Amino acid sequence: MLLIPCPWCGPRNQLEFTYGGDATVKRPLPDAPMKTWLEFVYLRDNPRGPHQELWHHSAGCRQWFKVLRDTQTHDILASGRADEALPGATA
Amino acid sequence: MRYSIFSLARNALSYHEHWPLAWRSPAPKARYDAIIIGGGGHGLATAYYLAKEHALSNIAVLEKSWLGGGNTGRNTTIVRSNYHLDPNAHFYEFSLKLWESLSQELNFNVMYSARGVLNLVHSPADMDASIRRGNAMRLNGIDAKFLTRDEIARWIPNLDCSPEARFPIHGGLLQPRGGTVRHDAVAWGYARAADALGVDVIQQCEVTGIRIDRGAIQGVETTQGFITTTKLGIAVAGHSGHVAAMAGLRLPIESHVLQAMVSEPVKPVLNTVVTSGAVHFYISQSDKGELVMGGDLDFYNSYAQRGNLPAIELVVSACLALFPSFGRLKLMRTWGGIMDMTMDGSPIIAKLPVKGLTMSGGWCYGGFKATPASGWLHAYTIARDEPHPLNAAFTLERFAEGGMIDEKGAGPYAWAH
Repeated sequence: MLLIPCPWCGPRNQLEFTYGGDATVKRPLPDAPMKTWLEFVYLRDNPRGPHQELWHHSAGCRQWFKVLRDTQTHDILASGRADEALPGATA
Repeated sequence: MRYSIFSLARNALSYHEHWPLAWRSPAPKARYDAIIIGGGGHGLATAYYLAKEHALSNIAVLEKSWLGGGNTGRNTTIVRSNYHLDPNAHFYEFSLKLWESLSQELNFNVMYSARGVLNLVHSPADMDASIRRGNAMRLNGIDAKFLTRDEIARWIPNLDCSPEARFPIHGGLLQPRGGTVRHDAVAWGYARAADALGVDVIQQCEVTGIRIDRGAIQGVETTQGFITTTKLGIAVAGHSGHVAAMAGLRLPIESHVLQAMVSEPVKPVLNTVVTSGAVHFYISQSDKGELVMGGDLDFYNSYAQRGNLPAIELVVSACLALFPSFGRLKLMRTWGGIMDMTMDGSPIIAKLPVKGLTMSGGWCYGGFKATPASGWLHAYTIARDEPHPLNAAFTLERFAEGGMIDEKGAGPYAWAH
């Protein structure tokens, strides 16, 4: 069972959360070239190791936030607000 | 040695002490004409068909661990070709046809059992979609039969077909030729057959880097040293993105963990494969008597080959909603495998944008049943340096060109397929 540290509510059971995917992809401006859009919509680094990802506390405070989690061990290394850089995150 | 009733009898007389090893364990050579990364069913099948259909003689399969220790040994053994979209239907039907004669082809009993795959239908909308898919299958020459609730209730007495069921059953779409295959035997059979054709199957040899010069493959760095080759095929399922990154490529793939589990073994209680798309659950009974079941992903990126309890609880609750009598059984084992989830839910069997580099991956949930066709078409693509019509649609470029093959219409969310 993952114990996910919501920045607002503290550590909570994973059942309260919905996964939101890779947090490093940034939505391009509408006039960005197609290649940039392709990368945003489809391509992922998919790292084996620390992964910055979005989670939604959907059955709690309903905030979106960032988590740094190791995809090999499922260890959660850090969490924080969606609009701030996470400590220890590389990108 | 050819396996037969006579070889069995001969070896019985010597107390089975003189069976030869099924394959060699050679040290890697300095150079190969083609190298396949990944010693699961897909990689071994690719090497086998390269040697058999395309007469390549100097081939190696590199496996970081032991043969079939990844998803080949972790799936729920189901084979089927009940797809709606043409590229998927033709591809998986080709695969099912190869399954039907694979034991004879490999001289190894893979225990293909055409016990049928039944997709349950739980609502009128579900019924429309299933009949439409069944019609599409029949137009593509694939067997499909719609069963009414009463027919299902007579056939599978322990399935709760009552109107009071938590998810009432309205009917089901059956593919009679679908069924199960003994999964380990697939890796062993292909390894033995490839070895007999001279393929070097090298275990405990992890690829740690891919050497590229002027846009062309030069060889691979491994834990057993550098090996030269100009043709490199990737067949590593959940690690596709990890290995492709060694060649500087980003793929439209996320790796997710999918769990499966078995109950304690019991006498025969279920003689087909039952699946439900509405609760996302699938179950069959192995020849050992265990009920083999699985359901959804854990829904977060993972390379861990193990998952968490909420996904298991969902599978078990779906099982009990459909088969209340199975509540008396204990779960014996659970495990996880890493799924290479693509952004449209369909695989990539194609040349990559590095000369000499190909991949067969992006299997999502569907890799095991694709094994023979994946190997056959990957071998064709490597040997001819162009795709076969059956895998021409499964390119990497389809994501840029708008040619997605999205069976569910789920959109670009890897974990939604």
